[in-house]
Amino acid sequence: MNKVIEVENLGKKYIISHQGEARYTALRDVIADGAKKLIKRNNILPKKEEFWALRNVSFSIDKGDKVGIIGRNGAGKTTILKILSRVTIPTEGIIKIKGKISSLLEVGTGFHPELTGRENIFFNGAVLGMTRNEIKRKFDEIVEFAEVEKFLDTPVKRYSSGMYVRLAFAVAAHLDSEILIVDEVLAVGDSQFQKKCLGKMDDVSTKEGRTVLFVSHNMAIVRNLCNRGFLINKGNLIFDGEIEDVISKYEFDNPKDSAKWSNKKNVTKTKYFDILSVSILDSDNNLKNNFFNSEKIKIKIDFLVNEPHSQMKIQLYFLKFGEIAFTFPIFICHKYSIICEIPPFLLGIGNYFINIDATLHNILGVDGYDHILGFEVRMDKIECMPYIENIQGYFFPILNWYLE
Amino acid sequence: MQDNNIIVIEAGKTEKHYWLDLWRYRELFYFLSWREILVRYKQTVIGIAWSVIRPVLTMIVFTIVFGRLAKLPSGDVPYPILVSIAILPWQFFSVSLAEASNSLIANSSMIGKIYFPRIIMPSSSIIVAFIDFLISFVILGILMAWYKFVPSWKIVFVPLFLLLAIILSLGAGFLFSAANVKYRDFRYVVPFIIQFGLYISPVGFSSDIIPERFRFLYSINPMVGVIDGFRWSIIGKGIDFYMSGFLLSIALIFLIFFTGLFYFRKTEQTFADKI
Repeated sequence: MNKVIEVENLGKKYIISHQGEARYTALRDVIADGAKKLIKRNNILPKKEEFWALRNVSFSIDKGDKVGIIGRNGAGKTTILKILSRVTIPTEGIIKIKGKISSLLEVGTGFHPELTGRENIFFNGAVLGMTRNEIKRKFDEIVEFAEVEKFLDTPVKRYSSGMYVRLAFAVAAHLDSEILIVDEVLAVGDSQFQKKCLGKMDDVSTKEGRTVLFVSHNMAIVRNLCNRGFLINKGNLIFDGEIEDVISKYEFDNPKDSAKWSNKKNVTKTKYFDILSVSILDSDNNLKNNFFNSEKIKIKIDFLVNEPHSQMKIQLYFLKFGEIAFTFPIFICHKYSIICEIPPFLLGIGNYFINIDATLHNILGVDGYDHILGFEVRMDKIECMPYIENIQGYFFPILNWYLE
Repeated sequence: MQDNNIIVIEAGKTEKHYWLDLWRYRELFYFLSWREILVRYKQTVIGIAWSVIRPVLTMIVFTIVFGRLAKLPSGDVPYPILVSIAILPWQFFSVSLAEASNSLIANSSMIGKIYFPRIIMPSSSIIVAFIDFLISFVILGILMAWYKFVPSWKIVFVPLFLLLAIILSLGAGFLFSAANVKYRDFRYVVPFIIQFGLYISPVGFSSDIIPERFRFLYSINPMVGVIDGFRWSIIGKGIDFYMSGFLLSIALIFLIFFTGLFYFRKTEQTFADKI
């Protein structure tokens, strides 16, 4: 038998308390509530609700399998990984794991900003379960992979975010475990390094025959890396199969989570022109729907012109919080595709949705499609900019400030 | 799947290999302590000086307040030495308790993302306190040389009393760190205990000034047994060993240790969900 992971009937329950919005219990509240109950005698029990983050999940994974776990946010993907990596315990079910397991649920867990790169390699290695000798043996390899030779003795608080991620991933990638669990960590870092990491992960699984469990929202990466997929929805494993099938099912069910929208209508019906597809791309023309605010975002629109007209206009609407954040119209001629480029450091932080209109300007509305795609903009840790998580508003451009 | 190497996680069951895991993760224990020490001496500008200034100032203040102003007796021993000896175990206890009770919260990202026997975390705080202990010991040595004070041969028993202090610190550390995860305002309780404890423990004075009939009651504070033990073994002459009180302290130390351990083990599986 080559099974390395067997999961039967896994379930994880959380209790959500509705009374009070406190994230944690405070002793003073416990005492105060107790006192209130004593006095009032009419026991107002706080409303508590059970929430199953996972339920009835069963699967088994063979040695060498590369499993991509996909699903919407909050579907329970990370919960599965957390239970498998023994960070949290299941509420029901039984799991059998054969072999050493190591997990990378977050980049650089345990990194201390005050410590140097060298010190952090040792510490992080230990955190991930490596022995001192193992780390020493692989030290040079790790440093070379991370490309941080020059900065080994610099505290990591002075590292750029890219260097930080590279170092953290490098340590994890050199673990000698039979099973590697990776959660969405490759979303950070530049695309070149992402490729390198993926190459490394591919090596790890293909050449060394290790088993990989991988969570990502980036379908291109999942498709490249994995041969098998789990589709998770609302805590249930709804589909387990070849990665291609899983991705297409997912994209069919969740068009807004993919980076490409195709017009499913019969596109030849209109007289003048119609939109065929809209895709969101990064600067390397890869489909993508989550960006850092330091990245360029490209919106590519493919259309079909049946009968050229001088007033053919396509208009993009960018929505945030359900309102139009900004819009941009463009007149088109008889070319078949146009790209709209959103420069880095323009958009605010958060989720944007795209509506698109096709019209003959001031003459006739051809067609319009709402909420066809969505993308997320996240804050990048850039040294010259303040890193604040809750930036509000539609835009977050770099402004010049002067002392007067 | 018949290998020995199989990890079985079953809902509602505690892990079978907990203590074995603890052994497997001993490297992490070492690295955690090492990191704590590195960070401690890198982050604060005065670094090691802090570990020197603290016990020295406490010693000076206590000598002036209790020795000079209150004119409490110290037997044949110079007052600063009487105080410095007590500062050794007290400082060890207070530093490790403060560090340990905060350790889980301070490392919440690790708890939420990585598996390791959680008990490593508060335990490794002991090492930081131990470094401070060694520094204070050196200060005591210098002080004894200054006063030309020769310690008793019973000083060989110091490790035994230190062990008691370690067991007490671990127990209290387990208890408070776990409670801190559940009740976040617990962290206000710990500094209070430490501050209050300093005055009710025989740090600035000798236990001999406690009236005989209250002596047993006084030993309910487990640090009394430890501090008296330190004084007995280092000063030697003229220090009576109050056995019944000491036994009570030992009993309470083990009670606290096992209570802490039990509570920690009971709650640690849910740390990742709560933190």
